[in-house]
Amino acid sequence: MAESTNGNGNYRVIGTRPIRHDGVDKVTGRAKYGADYAFPGMLFGKVLRSPHAHANIKSINFDKALKMPGVKAIVTAADLPEAEDSTQQVGEAAMNPRYLSMNILAHDKVLYDGHAIAAVAATSIHIAEEAVRLIEVEYEVLPPVMTVDDAMKKNAAILLPKLRNKEEGDHPTNTASHLQFKRGDVAAGLQAADFVVEREFNTAMVHQGYIEPHNAVGLYNSDGHGTIYCSTQGAFDVRSMCAQVLGLSVGMIKVVPAEIGGGFGGKTTIYLEPLSLMLAKKTGHPVKLVMTRGEVLRASGPTSGSKIKIKMGCTRDGKITGAEVWMAYEAGAFPGSPVGAGAMCVLAPYNIDNFQIDGYDVVVNRPKTAAYRAPGATNAAMAGETVIDELAEKCGLDPIEFRVANACKEGSAQIVGPPYKRIGFIETVEAIKNSPHYKSELKGANRGRGMAAGFWFNAGMQSSATVNIQTDGTASVITGSADIGGSRASMAMITAEVLGMEVTDVRPTVADTDSVGHTDVTGGSRTTFATGMAVYNAAQDALKQLKERAAKTWEKKPEDVKFEDGKFSAEGDGIKPMTVKQLAGRLARTGGPVTGRAQVSTGGIGVGPAFAATCVDVEVDPDTGKVQILRCTVAQDAGKAIHPSYVEGQMQGGTSQGLGWALNEEYFYDAKGTLRNSGLLDYRMPTCLDLPMIETAIVEIPNPIHPLGVRGVGEVSIVPPPAAVANAIYRATGVRMTELPMSPPRLLKAMLENRRAHDLQAAAAD
Amino acid sequence: MQEISYEVPTTVAEAVTMLKHHGAKARAFVGGTDLLIQLRAGVAFGHSEEFRGAEPKQRPEFIVDLKHIKELRQIKFDANKGLRLGAAVSCIEIHESEVMRKHYPGLTEAAHLIGSLQIQNRASVGGNLCNGSPAADSTPALIALGAKALIGDGNTSREVAVEEFVLSPGRTVLKPGEILVEFLIPAPKPHSSDSYLRFIPRNEMDIAVVGVGTSLTLEGDVVKAARIALGAVGPTPIFASKASESLLGKTLDEAAIREAARIAIETATPIDDMRGTAEFRKHITGVLTGRTLKIAAERARNKQ
Amino acid sequence: MAQNEKTNGKVHPAKKTRVETTINGETVEFLCEPRQSMLEVLRDVLELTGSKEGCLTGDCGACSVIIDGRTVCSCLMFGVEAEGKNITTVEGLAEGAKLHPLQQKFLEDASLQCGICTPGFLISAKALLDRNPNPTEAEIRYALAGNLCRCTGYDKIVHAVLDAAKVMQAGG
Repeated sequence: MAESTNGNGNYRVIGTRPIRHDGVDKVTGRAKYGADYAFPGMLFGKVLRSPHAHANIKSINFDKALKMPGVKAIVTAADLPEAEDSTQQVGEAAMNPRYLSMNILAHDKVLYDGHAIAAVAATSIHIAEEAVRLIEVEYEVLPPVMTVDDAMKKNAAILLPKLRNKEEGDHPTNTASHLQFKRGDVAAGLQAADFVVEREFNTAMVHQGYIEPHNAVGLYNSDGHGTIYCSTQGAFDVRSMCAQVLGLSVGMIKVVPAEIGGGFGGKTTIYLEPLSLMLAKKTGHPVKLVMTRGEVLRASGPTSGSKIKIKMGCTRDGKITGAEVWMAYEAGAFPGSPVGAGAMCVLAPYNIDNFQIDGYDVVVNRPKTAAYRAPGATNAAMAGETVIDELAEKCGLDPIEFRVANACKEGSAQIVGPPYKRIGFIETVEAIKNSPHYKSELKGANRGRGMAAGFWFNAGMQSSATVNIQTDGTASVITGSADIGGSRASMAMITAEVLGMEVTDVRPTVADTDSVGHTDVTGGSRTTFATGMAVYNAAQDALKQLKERAAKTWEKKPEDVKFEDGKFSAEGDGIKPMTVKQLAGRLARTGGPVTGRAQVSTGGIGVGPAFAATCVDVEVDPDTGKVQILRCTVAQDAGKAIHPSYVEGQMQGGTSQGLGWALNEEYFYDAKGTLRNSGLLDYRMPTCLDLPMIETAIVEIPNPIHPLGVRGVGEVSIVPPPAAVANAIYRATGVRMTELPMSPPRLLKAMLENRRAHDLQAAAAD
Repeated sequence: MQEISYEVPTTVAEAVTMLKHHGAKARAFVGGTDLLIQLRAGVAFGHSEEFRGAEPKQRPEFIVDLKHIKELRQIKFDANKGLRLGAAVSCIEIHESEVMRKHYPGLTEAAHLIGSLQIQNRASVGGNLCNGSPAADSTPALIALGAKALIGDGNTSREVAVEEFVLSPGRTVLKPGEILVEFLIPAPKPHSSDSYLRFIPRNEMDIAVVGVGTSLTLEGDVVKAARIALGAVGPTPIFASKASESLLGKTLDEAAIREAARIAIETATPIDDMRGTAEFRKHITGVLTGRTLKIAAERARNKQ
Repeated sequence: MAQNEKTNGKVHPAKKTRVETTINGETVEFLCEPRQSMLEVLRDVLELTGSKEGCLTGDCGACSVIIDGRTVCSCLMFGVEAEGKNITTVEGLAEGAKLHPLQQKFLEDASLQCGICTPGFLISAKALLDRNPNPTEAEIRYALAGNLCRCTGYDKIVHAVLDAAKVMQAGG
């Protein structure tokens, strides 16, 4: 039964909704997150952070702080080894070790409000906080460069004196790179259009907003081995990055992933982890560091704000003929914005013969950006999906029909890379079309309905897994994938499916870097795909060994043993079928323990491209510009939903983040480059009272390259909502918004200007 | 935070003695919903946007908990004499009080808007005022009711109109050794009521971008008394006396409401900050003035 | 607690002081400095790490506990204020191995993903159902507005509270 399958099998466990194995610990408060760990003699660490957005460090004096009773050690960049200035591959991302080191502790310059300068370890958190205030730093303040416009100006202050890009030669610059994707002849394509829409979009920097701040507990042995307990999406990446920054070999560090309180991409890099080891080494004690919310917002990686200029044309019967896109993304203090991904996503769902996309990665005096759920794609969709909405309107076509008419299918070219294999874009937007929501009538003044679509490549990468058969016929499955959203339950379900067991008979574990083979980060929507594949293969490996044991017992050849409906059987007199339970009792006599193992390397990006589509009804208060979300539906192609409840959960979670991004989330910096809203009071994420129920439609177009048909589900749902809300606001108010967030002051201003313009028109017409 | 001592007086006299003794090193508190944030941030007050630029005060070393003083916890209503609302009564106690809901619905709804339930279970209207924020939700509602703050120093007491209580962001008229004991609110007259509305970008949890409290006394459709108060549109909460006076003797129709709103907008002196532009706040001031007047009028008409 | 001769009132000096309180039905005594919040006391002194730190400003509700029947952000309360109070934390919701209906429904309805906000939500939901056994969706959303979740979009959380209310009304 589990042998074949390309997603269309009749499953016993897959597709059901068992209670997750780590659930009871999490509802009783027993589960251990990073900040919950305590060790004998543990000290508490605090970080001194720059109050300036851009400054040279002239001197650091921590004598007073060190003398404070209870303070045990202080570290600065002087305690770090020299780092290489090059580009290396660590996990999903390319990384420059020198920049990483500079971000952990500022070397000779601070590059954003909140940039770490020193770390203190003391006997209590309060003493550490007071000690940090006693550290004296002399700054030479430099002009802050806060926007891509400012950074790209001719005489802009330069953040990184050694930064160069190919086009500007040996000229210092804030533009780290320029990439371009072209096809056909965009000028001709736009020329051939009957309707052309041209718009400029500005989207504000936003944060992933995980409720659990970053944390790390470092322990250091005198034999040179270190252990880090931390909240992370990727223990192996933490290990390699810490080794890189600290000048250690990877084998000297063990990273234990604690339960993680949200990541969304923001916990795929390191901040406190190397500090915890440095302080542990200096003090001889375990040291715990936890970021405050203010530090999370100021100094961990949000995602890029951006400027996107887009020009798109279509024939009057709705065929897109050409598109031109210019995008500049804020990288933060060091290069590495997701502009490349944004460029590859902006037109991805559509068959366009003529396009040119230019993307610029620009450094600014803001924290180094980190991944945020489909990084780069949401910004891009705000531009692409609203312009498409405008074109559809000009053609008099339903927005879904317009998209279907231009849709990519199996065999269509991607922006970059090989043609799409089987994909579910059309099915996904049609799931919206057929939804109860879309079919219902929206009545009432100041109300409007909008929809939008989104694309994300989904990654593959490396995972390892082991499946152990226990002596009582149960199994344990060990992976290295941090469980952010219930994935360990899916691993248990896959194991149970293959081995004919009950899901409650499988114990899933998320293991540390010593206990399981290399596993890449939980992110990129790759966990159920790649780790699921590894688990599937490991379970199959265990099954193969069990068949051999059954064969041995019956003195048959392994190929003569069948496994069906949870039982091993073979032809022959006196051979009675055996369950795994029964066979498990004989393992010791037939060759010893059975451990199935697998490691997979499933390719880079684009192994299971996924599409989402979102429909939203809004009501706008015409006198204040406040938007209420009345109803929301999200459709997404999951390939095969292993645990439908958790697939729905990913869809609802990504959608609600997208709605926050659309309405009220943004970073406010003042003229000095100080972050004004470094707290959850003024970094406004949606509360329970701000959202309706989020209806879901799971589409299952199996991924041809996965044994169970799985596509990643974690990310793409965040991509369409801002555009969907903008399209809905247009229908409610007649205003096309081109800024994110569409907060009340912005929307009201646009509505009042729109009304004035209409009044003038009406007056002129009289 | 730096080391602090915690003191628990049980009478006003004890509290005053403690505060006088420690002077600027002491800080009184009730709910702690502002104080603990400030202590942890290492500031004496004003962690929030509306205190930006205000002069810093000394970080306190002594925290005086006023929650165990009986006079500060009472809600005493007399149909003729009016209301004595203890400074330490929590927002949730106000919301649950029949007397408050019936006679002072605007103040009650203002108190019920302050933060989440978790905040309301601890925060007090007295603390809200003493924090000295121009954006405090309950302050415009108090001003609209003509409330007075009763300040005690252990020997004597003095009354200060609530609109005069806050001097600048974070600074109030309280002298060292004085505490806010209770609010004195006039008895509700026939055909009068109050209303409070605020504008926030989400549906909960935000600080008011604009807050407007109004109270009206009607005779038929004619306004006999009116008080309009504005929050978050100036360095302190504002009693919009001109806008209020503009309504006296008029029929409360669209024209009168528009005029009052126009004057209220002129009275407001908001700044641009991350919660809204000055332009936006002025517009909203007008909108909320109109809306609160309509609600207060509707309530007033329905009362005998 | 010491008596301050000059002021007549009770004084907790800056050094550690002894507090006696009731937590999850049991008498508990602990030592803490006045500057330690209730959340710190729970997590660092009493090792009850179920209540979480998310913001320290009362904006996320992850530290919510019930004090004398009311939900409170424990990060905005001094540990010394616990004296004589009756406190419920997430660790006290289950009766031995028997989960509270809210805990059970959160599991069945898949109402948690990363789980960090879950203790706070369980506390707020319990306080709600203790006062209002049959809340509407709107009443639930209002009562939970002080608890932030970033993973779920709240949909399955609200469903779990509705489902738990039904079970509890039926006597479960």
